[in-house]
Amino acid sequence: MSTGRRRVVVTGIGVVAPGSMGREGFWDMITAGRTATRRITFFDPARFRSQVAAEVDFDGRRLGLTAQEVFRTDRFVQMAMVAADEAVADSGLAFGADGGPDPDRVGVTLGSAVGATMRLEQEYVSVSDTGRLWEVDPRYASRFLASALVPSCGATELAVRFGAHGPATVVSTGCTSGIDAVGYGAQLVEDGDADVVIAGASDAPISPISMACFDTIRATTDSNDDPEHASKPFDARRNGFVMGEGAAVLVLEELGRARARGAEVYCEVTGYANRCNAFHMTGLKPDGTEMAEAITVALGQGRTDPDEVGYVNAHGSGTKQNDRHETAAVKKSLGPAAGRVAMSSIKSMVGHSLGAIGAIEVAATALAVQRGVLPPTANYEVPDPECDLDYVPRTAREQKVDVAISVGSGFGGFQSAIVLAAPTRRES
Amino acid sequence: MTGLLVTGIGVVAPTGVGVEEHWASLVRGEPAIRPVEGFDSGRYGVPLAGQVRDFVPADHVSPQLMVQTDRWTWMSLAAATLAAEDAGYTAPEDVYATSVFLASGSGGNEFSQHEIQGLWAKGPRSVGAYQSIAWFYAASTGQVSIRDGFKGPSGVVVSEGAGGLDSIGWARRVARRGTPAVLVGGTEAGLCPYAVLCQATGGRLSSAQRPEDAYLPFDRRADGHVVGEGGAILLLEEPGAAAARGATKVWGEVAGYAATHDAHHHEDPAPDAVQYARAIRLSLADAGVSPDEVDLVMADGAGVPELDRLELEALGAVFGGRTTPVPVTAPSSFTGRLMAGGSALDVATALLAMRDGIVPGTAFLTDPVEAPAGVDLVTAGRVRDLSTVVVLARGAGGFNSSLVLRRPAGGPTS
Repeated sequence: MSTGRRRVVVTGIGVVAPGSMGREGFWDMITAGRTATRRITFFDPARFRSQVAAEVDFDGRRLGLTAQEVFRTDRFVQMAMVAADEAVADSGLAFGADGGPDPDRVGVTLGSAVGATMRLEQEYVSVSDTGRLWEVDPRYASRFLASALVPSCGATELAVRFGAHGPATVVSTGCTSGIDAVGYGAQLVEDGDADVVIAGASDAPISPISMACFDTIRATTDSNDDPEHASKPFDARRNGFVMGEGAAVLVLEELGRARARGAEVYCEVTGYANRCNAFHMTGLKPDGTEMAEAITVALGQGRTDPDEVGYVNAHGSGTKQNDRHETAAVKKSLGPAAGRVAMSSIKSMVGHSLGAIGAIEVAATALAVQRGVLPPTANYEVPDPECDLDYVPRTAREQKVDVAISVGSGFGGFQSAIVLAAPTRRES
Repeated sequence: MTGLLVTGIGVVAPTGVGVEEHWASLVRGEPAIRPVEGFDSGRYGVPLAGQVRDFVPADHVSPQLMVQTDRWTWMSLAAATLAAEDAGYTAPEDVYATSVFLASGSGGNEFSQHEIQGLWAKGPRSVGAYQSIAWFYAASTGQVSIRDGFKGPSGVVVSEGAGGLDSIGWARRVARRGTPAVLVGGTEAGLCPYAVLCQATGGRLSSAQRPEDAYLPFDRRADGHVVGEGGAILLLEEPGAAAARGATKVWGEVAGYAATHDAHHHEDPAPDAVQYARAIRLSLADAGVSPDEVDLVMADGAGVPELDRLELEALGAVFGGRTTPVPVTAPSSFTGRLMAGGSALDVATALLAMRDGIVPGTAFLTDPVEAPAGVDLVTAGRVRDLSTVVVLARGAGGFNSSLVLRRPAGGPTS
């Protein structure tokens, strides 16, 4: 990257995660090593292979949404709105007020893998009379199905909420959507198309169709008798991911602007890259080559040496092949430094919320950089010879980190990496 | 800096499968909007649509892939192949040198309706192994990348009807960061019962029984649009890379792009066209083009009176000072609105128009609304030399995107 590049910092964070309330509740939970995985309560999971999930006890009304907002939107939009409200309040930016950012220079990038799937399924049950009618009955449809069909409704709701007239979009690259939405948001600022971007991701996939489709390919865990310990990334006993839900939103801001207003800066986004493995929609080769390439390119953008990386926030979904793939990718990209790096998966605690988790993990990584505490990999007990890095087992670790990376891997072959650096990092 | 070059186009549209088939149909002025085949869409108040009738998936997609994917992905796979063939593009040695950056609106509708139907009628075990990879919005991008071995930075944007243009906007960011070739655009296939019902609930669809009464952008009789399926995929290449591989065809140059959002209301457009006009102005400035230099505008053409009025207001604000009005046409009137696929198809149509110096008309536009100063609504097709064309698209909820295309120096090569 040229030296004239506009630099991007994180000045606000909002989180809606299972087992907690808000950003600080989330941070307390993951640094305590507590798990939010439980037997599914949203519907009776008895007929499903995987019966556990990390659910959010979410009440949009209690969290400030209006009755109409709750009525017209899917859960994924509601969680995005709540996370965005927290992030914007945290940033101290006065949107729409004197001294606030120029609305024309504020963008929105929202990631989501499956959009309004929960609402689309719920309404389908009515209009099809529980799957009886192929030619569905229009008299049972709500008038907000048109926006539910197309997930860009989520970006619209956020743009309207904050009066953001800059570029807005939903980014939907499956399970890397969250990292990609934050990464693309950062590119909007770098390229001068926005000064502030409300960037994040949200997904609410704990519904019968989503659970069923992962059941059939055995991607999710069947550790139904012990929900609290069902998500076991990097552990030799791991047997699939635990479905989750949630949202995280970050306020991205051009560095000079943030400094000028004296904003508190969590970290700088110094690099972002994604690559495809062009191999298989769900399968991963054990070598991790394309994820390694994404990490290497992202580090290069910020002129970061692998030795500087103190923490890797892992995708760590807890499937057999992912954790092996990812371990190989980190070794390949960081070289000898991989032997010293701390790496953990918060999916052990909050599950895998598909497109949302990437943004939740970027939020966790930003907090780790700011606070010098690394969240652990819960439930890690039995080492796997193929996964032989330092996974920060069970207990959080106090450790100052100058540079951290968060990585993601998703159906479709997408591999993404984002690099966050402490604002105090000294550039060599 | 010279913009990315369009070196290949693949079209799967109601007007035809293949770029020349589509264009011939437009030049002949043959609308492709007809009564829906396959189910009774009339019960959703939507008797007409732009269906792709001469698309034989097996001609383009392997049997294994066909069972794993939705019709929307079949169309993307076909259009991607057609674009690569048109460009004479084969996967280069550097596996990371090609990106796939498609727009999607509604994902794998028909496939998913079958699976949800089975789930609720018979139980979880009736859901097949491919639902997890067929329905989600990234399915087409992932499948194209896997089939063709493209490992570059890839992504999926969703901004309803503006998505096709926005995929080009993102492709430029990818190219700036070093990836020389990007497949862009997208397709859409939302013509199964549930997807049609969903779209109908938005209240913007025409219920007319006859094509000549249905989707009438800029006509006084306009009362909504007709939905369609299909779209286009285009190959964009960095000029140096295109020259280095000996690319023989250049359709045009992506000279400018910008996007804004109304940020006014979750459904209704802003009562003024300020943000829409701003998107157009920003894209012109990005291209270094003055409003006087624009030879043609391909409008969004919503076919809803209020939205048409706002589009004309935006165009008047940008082009009102011209001494000769700019021709404005809406060829989507021939196909229906294809959501993310529609703006991609409009880009293809604009490049064809530039190549042949032919402005396609607006179907069934017989009683045009009053156009503001600086705007000339095109009814029938006409001949005109075209060097700079602006393509506009809006997405429901307030997305405004504008793309500036320029004819390459010396005209399109082929």
